[in-house]
Amino acid sequence: MTQELRIVPTDRPPADGKARKVADFRPSLMLGEHGLCPGCGEPVALRILLETLQDLGIVNNSIGVVGHGCYGSFVRIMDVDVLQCLHGRAPSCATGIKRMRPQTAVFTMQGDGDMVNEGLQEVLHTAARGENVTAILLNNGVFGDTGGQQTATTVLGQRTKTSIEGRDPGLHGHPIPVADLVASLDGVGYVARGAVGTAGSIARTKRMIRAAFESQLAGEGFSLVEILTMCPTGWFVGAPQGPDYLAESMEQVFPLGDLRARPKPSGAGA
Amino acid sequence: MNTAVAKPSMQLLEGATAIAESAILAGCRFFAGYPISPFTPLLEHMSRALPENGGVCINAESEIEGANMALGAGATGAMAATGSCGQGLALMQETIAEAALNETPMVVFNLARNQQDYFQATRGGGWGDYRTIALAPKDIPEAVEHTQLLFHLSRRYRAPTLLYGDPLLAQTRVGVHLRRIEFDELPPQDWALDGTGGGTGESRQIWTWAMGKATNPGLGPDGHWQQVAAKFDRIAELEQRSEQRYAEDADTLVVSFGSAAKFIEHVVEELRAEGHRIGWFRPISLWPFPGPALAGATAGIKRVLVFELNAGQMLEDVRQYARDRDAIRFIGGVSIHESGLSYGPLLDAPEIRARILAAIAEDSTRSTS
Ligand SMILES: Cc1ncc(C[n+]2csc(CCOP(=O)(O)OP(=O)(O)O)c2C)c(N)n1
Ligand code: SF4
Ligand SMILES: [Mg+2]
Repeated sequence: MTQELRIVPTDRPPADGKARKVADFRPSLMLGEHGLCPGCGEPVALRILLETLQDLGIVNNSIGVVGHGCYGSFVRIMDVDVLQCLHGRAPSCATGIKRMRPQTAVFTMQGDGDMVNEGLQEVLHTAARGENVTAILLNNGVFGDTGGQQTATTVLGQRTKTSIEGRDPGLHGHPIPVADLVASLDGVGYVARGAVGTAGSIARTKRMIRAAFESQLAGEGFSLVEILTMCPTGWFVGAPQGPDYLAESMEQVFPLGDLRARPKPSGAGA
Repeated sequence: MNTAVAKPSMQLLEGATAIAESAILAGCRFFAGYPISPFTPLLEHMSRALPENGGVCINAESEIEGANMALGAGATGAMAATGSCGQGLALMQETIAEAALNETPMVVFNLARNQQDYFQATRGGGWGDYRTIALAPKDIPEAVEHTQLLFHLSRRYRAPTLLYGDPLLAQTRVGVHLRRIEFDELPPQDWALDGTGGGTGESRQIWTWAMGKATNPGLGPDGHWQQVAAKFDRIAELEQRSEQRYAEDADTLVVSFGSAAKFIEHVVEELRAEGHRIGWFRPISLWPFPGPALAGATAGIKRVLVFELNAGQMLEDVRQYARDRDAIRFIGGVSIHESGLSYGPLLDAPEIRARILAAIAEDSTRSTS
């Protein structure tokens, strides 16, 4: 079913040699300012996602499916065709889109609440079906949008509004490492976990996103990049403390790196 | 079986197969579903026939996923559908409402176990000011037509539409003439997501909240949901469908829908042959309910008998529109086969006949005493 897309590089002048304005082959995909909190990691993730679409030259051959979380407001500022879908349902909607438009790069954007709480079975089945789409998970360990409650990825001991003394495994159970689960399934082309806490991790995560889309374009099956993002508001820490908190808490439980390499080495990831 | 291309002649088909073939003739290219009786044969046939006709059929992991897959496919402008029986449609309510509010066409097949899903079909259980065009065919040939009409209406109005069938429609075999029905031309699908909008500053968006893009703001929830509500008001006016017989010279009018109406037709013919002044009225579109037509048909009627295989759901709509509310008698009821999967003994001509005659007799004793 899947067909390879031609990758047109947009980081250099077009091969046909025809003169174009610079903006013609490197358009800005951000239509405006985001309205998220200072220190939020999600806009950083959006930025490297959109840059990757540009780098791969698939800006005008991409469809995004965006779930419900703070990132939902990105639908207003990303200059990409988008379906804003129901909470948890992005992988199914993406499936319908990709099956009808196999030549188009299709990606989802979901949070941990959206993907791991509300829609866990969606992502697992979509991966196991080998749907040739790329899932981007913005994992901040809380329901940021609703004010910082515990999600399925909240780490043990973390204080949230619904685990005010800290997540207690006896009461609240254990965090679910969804990317590791997905990586264990057949039907999957590439899985990695990155973060946006430091300049280094941002650069590395961008390479992971690129590898995921390249995997999709090569028809290798489902790809997932989990991105650990700061949510200082939901974590009750100051914006400048977000990256340190991320490194000390979440990264200890969700180690960064490739969890499932592409069939052929892509040079991306850890 | 590659049957959807050209079929001039009559074929003997099971209802579910005929509906599936009609959907493919209409242009359906995407289907996703999850097995449940009596819907299963529709899914089975789609899984064979759709790929042979350039389409995709997916074994969804649940009805929720099936409905959202259909929504995604519909968002690309492809003709997409899902289905189940009432139990599975219960799980799809959120998605049906979402498709209504974000204006994505898709068709939902409820091959139900009985008539207990009337409220579900006409009221729905999703959130927001939305309605669902719901057609209830009385037999398989009509279901074949309705299937194509529903794809058309769904695209015309950018809204989910629903076929409300039952085990008799799904599982009976009859001779069917399959052909593609031509409808009026549709407005251009310039809203469909094809991925080409990226980087143009005019990328497309399908969003229940209709916030638009920062550079080109949308109506937002207030304006958008008012516009959607106004669209459903228009549909309510334009898409009422009903049928009636002998209402002009009847004392008794029986109102029923779907397969039950087919039984009523038969019994009414019998009773008329015996000299009873009786007629029938059948809503074909359950929503929009053909209220004005019912009001007209009940104008000179002494008693309006409502027959449906449930505890009295359509009864509420009849009460809204019948000329004289006091003339209404409910002669239906819950009647379920012991398997739970189909109708019980009430859906039988002698039983229906007895109930009609009892209602008439009760009225005449009341008026003479
Ligand atoms: C069916 C449904 N249930 C609940 C909500 C409310 N809700 C909106 S956003 C959200 C939190 C999402 O959390 P996450 O996906 O982690 O995103 P974040 O805000 O943390 O980025 C919730 C629970 C909803 N929109 N729909
Ligand atoms: S609540 Fe958290 S995720 Fe939401 S915008 Fe603020 S920092 Fe970002
Ligand atoms: Mg979150």
